[in-house]
Amino acid sequence: MATLQEIMSKPVGLAPGHRMCAGCGIGSIVRAILAASDKPVIIANATGCLEVVTTIYPYSAWKVPWIHVTFENAAAVASGIETAYKSLRKRGKIDKDVNILAFGGDGGTYDIGFQALSGALERGHNFMYVVYDNEGYMNTGNQRSAATPYGANTTTVPAGSKSFGKPQWRKNIVEIAAAHRIPYAAQATNHNIIDLYNKAKKGFEADGPAFLAVLQPCTTNWRFDPAATMAYSKLAVETNFWPLYEIEKGKVHINHKPKNRKPIEEFLKGQGRFKHLFKDENKHVIEKMQMMVDKEWERLLKLEESGIEL
Amino acid sequence: MSTWKPLSGTQAVAEAMRQINPDVVVAYPITPQTPIVEFFAQYVANGIVDTETIPVESEHSAMSATVGAAAAGARVMCATASQGLALMWEVVAAVPGLRLPIVMPVVNRALSAPINIHCDHSDTMGATTIGWIQIFSENGQEAYENMLLAIRLAEHPDILLPAMVMQDGFITGHSVENVEIFDDDKVKAFVGERNPDRYLLDTEHPYTIGPLALPDYYFEIKRQQEEAMRQVKKIYLETGKELSKITGKEYPYFESYKLDDADAAIVVLSSTAGTAKDTVDKMRAEGKKVGLLKPKLFRPFPYKEVRTALKDIPVVGVLDRSMAFGAYAPVYAEIKNALFELDKRPKLQSYVFGLGGKDIFKSDIEKAFNELLSGEVNSEEERYIGLRG
Repeated sequence: MATLQEIMSKPVGLAPGHRMCAGCGIGSIVRAILAASDKPVIIANATGCLEVVTTIYPYSAWKVPWIHVTFENAAAVASGIETAYKSLRKRGKIDKDVNILAFGGDGGTYDIGFQALSGALERGHNFMYVVYDNEGYMNTGNQRSAATPYGANTTTVPAGSKSFGKPQWRKNIVEIAAAHRIPYAAQATNHNIIDLYNKAKKGFEADGPAFLAVLQPCTTNWRFDPAATMAYSKLAVETNFWPLYEIEKGKVHINHKPKNRKPIEEFLKGQGRFKHLFKDENKHVIEKMQMMVDKEWERLLKLEESGIEL
Repeated sequence: MSTWKPLSGTQAVAEAMRQINPDVVVAYPITPQTPIVEFFAQYVANGIVDTETIPVESEHSAMSATVGAAAAGARVMCATASQGLALMWEVVAAVPGLRLPIVMPVVNRALSAPINIHCDHSDTMGATTIGWIQIFSENGQEAYENMLLAIRLAEHPDILLPAMVMQDGFITGHSVENVEIFDDDKVKAFVGERNPDRYLLDTEHPYTIGPLALPDYYFEIKRQQEEAMRQVKKIYLETGKELSKITGKEYPYFESYKLDDADAAIVVLSSTAGTAKDTVDKMRAEGKKVGLLKPKLFRPFPYKEVRTALKDIPVVGVLDRSMAFGAYAPVYAEIKNALFELDKRPKLQSYVFGLGGKDIFKSDIEKAFNELLSGEVNSEEERYIGLRG
């Protein structure tokens, strides 16, 4: 078992000097995932924060082969790379092993890239898709996505005198991915690097598509102190807002069960996007959120207990 | 030894793809392109080619997977038409900037709305400004040969741009004619293998493709793309000469048919040029000096050569199988542009015909020729052939 220090000091394909916001956790997510690969990695990246901050021409922070084409097609581009790899190997033009990896934000995954993702998972390409989920279009200033939580204030569904923010619950992307009968789907965060590293390793080793959703608290648009990124990741887990779990060959396994589940307010507090929920008239929103978090958690526990293959 | 085979236009393109045996073919069916991917899928199923295929879930993913495979280092092809081209347009527009030499047959079909599965050129005429090489084909034979030409052009190290090879939906695509298929070994030697300088699977030499470029570099990158496009005309002729050694044919930018002494000429793309040639023969036999110019290489457009070919013709009619609403029809606009430099220009007339697969007959073309010969033309007016009154 690798230690945190071993993982994070491994030389990987993302160089320092990129332009991520102070306090952004995407860099540590990418580093932990790249460290988990024992083969050369080729990356297809959707348009979004990671693409923008790592590549402004003529600079590139990537020391591994990397491609970006458009917003919604990282999974389709990765399926092309994987098929080229199969073909060129079969024809004796290359002879090495590689891992193929796609990165997208939640906009490029839950929303605009959803069809391409589903197609690639259904076709069974041997690649891993990673969504770094900052719960909205954060690269362009906090617009709503299907990953934006209930009650959040975004610029496209703002809170106001007649609105408490987003009225819908978020899409369950991990179970949707698993419903393609792929060998591995998991949910992770950037505060628990060892858990993330282990999941990335399983994803790379899976025989077929793997899907990994990683929470990425966004200091800029969730509006919290840049020093608190990891703290918010941890609170998301400790409140059961973002459980750490995996679905291996259809079977649910919860990686961490908080002993004393913290109330959801602990996660909401200090985030600008939820500030309006602490007004008296929005109390019901927090109450409903708590109910939904608890219900989802109960459901997940039952799924694990049942041993049913999803 | 070449062999003559009775083939539809789409099957002729599939034959070219069989001979090329690309590393990867990405396929999504759309009428009237579907037979290309079906024939090719059968070649794969029967082991006639060992290409890997990706049966994608949409055209957007079709072009995206094509790009991924091409960037990874493979020779890769895709095919589409109409709505399919429209759906993949975002990625199609990105390919020239990525400098990936992708070859894509397009079986021309009208664009919605109203929905219509039949031939016109409104699909590819919507993609003339984004940096793809475009070659139009009169029949299955030309479509087959243009595929071979296109792959060499696209992959030429001084070009590295994608290419579309057009044929008319149904009229060419589904009609069976005898097509001369040249010897596999000779064709394979002509097309060779793709040997990219840089590719993603070369993990020892990692490179970044598709970065964000801001105002300080975007313009420069696009200017380089234009420079590559400017190389196409020269290399098109050189490559055509090489292909001639196999086919015995010539590969000019456009075909001139009885043009030199013509009193009136028609310019028209693709299958209608065949009908127009018959009309020219009939009218010539009656003593009327008419001729035809059929553009083949449409992007880049050979303005200078077209100007030279048309400069002494008193009156020229341009037949477009698409409209550019609120502007001159696309082929007409090019011809008008081409002639601007002349001191004494031919008189011009724009005709639009055949939208959504409306038939055009020899009698229609004869009528247009007679109108041109009469001098009753107006270069500002768009006239319509075969339009219900």
